[in-house]
Amino acid sequence: MSEDLRPLTAGSVDADVETLSEADVDVGIHRILEPDGTYDPDAVPDVDDETLRDLYRWMVLQRVVDERATKLQRRGRLGTYASGRGQEASIVGSGFALDDADRVFPYGREAATLLIHGLSLRDLLLYWRGIEDASKMEGVNAFGVAISIGSHIPVAAGTAWGMKLDGADAVAFANLGDGATSTGAFHEGINFAGVIDAPAVFFTQNNQYAISLSFDGQTAADSVAQKAVGYGIDGIRVDGNDVLAVYEAVSAARDRALAGNPVLVEAVTYRRAAHTTSDDPNRYRDDEEVEEWAERDPLERYREFLRAEGLYDDIDEEALREEVDEMFDEAVDAADDFAEREVSEIFEHLHAETPPELRRQFDEFEDLLERRPDMYDYIERRPKG
Amino acid sequence: MEATIVEAINDALHEEMGNDDRTLVFGEDVAQSGGVFRATEGLLDEYGGDRVLDTPLSEIGIVGAAVGLATYGYRPIAEIQFSGFLPPAFDQLVTNASRIRWRTRGELTAPMTVRTPYGAGVRALEHHSESLEAAYAHIPGLKVAVPSTPHDAKGMLISAVRDPDPVLFMEPKHVYRSFREEVPEGTYTEPLGKAAVREEGEDVTVVAWGAMMHKTREAVDALDDVDVELVDLRSISPLDRETVVESVKKTGRCVVVHEAPKTGGFAGELIATINDEALMYLEAPVNRVTGFDVPVPLLAMEDFYIPQPPRIEEAIRETVDY
Repeated sequence: MSEDLRPLTAGSVDADVETLSEADVDVGIHRILEPDGTYDPDAVPDVDDETLRDLYRWMVLQRVVDERATKLQRRGRLGTYASGRGQEASIVGSGFALDDADRVFPYGREAATLLIHGLSLRDLLLYWRGIEDASKMEGVNAFGVAISIGSHIPVAAGTAWGMKLDGADAVAFANLGDGATSTGAFHEGINFAGVIDAPAVFFTQNNQYAISLSFDGQTAADSVAQKAVGYGIDGIRVDGNDVLAVYEAVSAARDRALAGNPVLVEAVTYRRAAHTTSDDPNRYRDDEEVEEWAERDPLERYREFLRAEGLYDDIDEEALREEVDEMFDEAVDAADDFAEREVSEIFEHLHAETPPELRRQFDEFEDLLERRPDMYDYIERRPKG
Repeated sequence: MEATIVEAINDALHEEMGNDDRTLVFGEDVAQSGGVFRATEGLLDEYGGDRVLDTPLSEIGIVGAAVGLATYGYRPIAEIQFSGFLPPAFDQLVTNASRIRWRTRGELTAPMTVRTPYGAGVRALEHHSESLEAAYAHIPGLKVAVPSTPHDAKGMLISAVRDPDPVLFMEPKHVYRSFREEVPEGTYTEPLGKAAVREEGEDVTVVAWGAMMHKTREAVDALDDVDVELVDLRSISPLDRETVVESVKKTGRCVVVHEAPKTGGFAGELIATINDEALMYLEAPVNRVTGFDVPVPLLAMEDFYIPQPPRIEEAIRETVDY
């Protein structure tokens, strides 16, 4: 460019330009039970007493499963495990709002959501034992667990698209954490769902940490819910430690989604355990904070509600825990009884028809295992359970 | 000092952060928690939050930002926590990092390092065990380094950080802590693009890299009656053709061992290279021991997938007896 074509000056001007800031998108939090357990009786969702008790039973189940699975991992009888401790209200409240026809896209911490949806506890344990078969998600309308964070979000949008085309009375329900909201897949998937009016609910359990990174390191936004605005979809922010509020919020989100408005729900909660059993949270968060959130425990809060409603008397806490323990014992036994592994299984199911080269690789390997039984000395079939 | 691979990497990072204040270390969980494998431990305390950063969970953001920093004059050292999470960032490696020098005729360059633990064998979850070095080696302009020892890990990482072009530095996490060796104090470099002959021998050349070096050595040690020349490739790209070809010319036989799937794996490139340059010296077809053409299985079966020493032994013997 020649000199005389350049502007003579280029600097800042004192302009009065309207800006949109996040303060303009202030999302209130939906809550029914206050942290101290008090509530407005008129705000309680209209569900029968048995359902109200069931919500509690499932939260206990989630907690016991997490405690016992973590112990099993410590004894080398499970692989890495991701606990949902502290997030029971989000996990159970959302699970309860779903219909069997809804397809769940799990993110790993939500055992009870999958169990409510029909997964067997045995298969849940097999999955954490690193046994391929469990990824079938037999009897459950669910996609595989999204270990690669956020990778399932566009897939959920696509499934929702299909549901819309089919006129199905169902939604795609993607579970995710706050970390996933930083991935490209989150933004692309949600934008896509918005454009095609997909019946999808993107349920973010904002548990405040993605491994060591706290929420304010994850995003400069005040909330996840407000991000919905940028994509032209609906946002809901809910107290993730209030099981009734989550149940109500996800039910509402589901209705909105069915009507062609995808919804981004943010359940504000806290991961009280480590990221996984491989993680030591003492390196990045202090006891005071953990204590603070322990006081907002979803089970305790809900127990106060049940007491106030006169429903807790019907629950024998000890018997309930025993019952869940028993279920867990049976599931461990069933997992232990799972048929001995066959080498062929790693070659199966990759293609509808195994190509000749892969068949050759399997045959050669089988032959080698026969000729060199010492191979097994090098191959530890851990954990056997 | 005696160090494991992961300690040697930590030491290299400390060295280069101290040597050049335009180096930055960032990625998921690298700062406050010191990395999930502790590779970046102590860096935050020593160099502060402006140079050692925990990033959002965003592989595209991490690698793309590294390109932006590097083309602007910084020396980014980014970590992708597990190589199985690199695929979203593949676009940034292909579209920007690897070709920026070429595209701008040298006006912009991307002297950046992406470190990533790779490979199976640590009982991790799905997507934590991939070994996709051949895919990255296929990107023109991107260097791919895979050290197998603490000494090399430190020296090669320093070379990677100082390299004027982008380097993908793949760390064999299966042997991150499995042994120690003497690692010199202070700064030293080991070249990228140069293989190392670990053992000289006359009967057969065996080429391996990363975690498979150790499985291969175990196999070689068990073969008392075979005189193996063991070549540690160390860099997948650029490839040290000369060391491999000269060794094969001497022994007349070759076995390549890698953990990645067979089809399209890097052994194929090595075999083609040997065919090009040493065909007339061969006394047997070049053999390969690899992972299978399947995803790395979940932990209950992953050890079946990994080439174990007996498999490697059998292949070496087959090649020698041909």
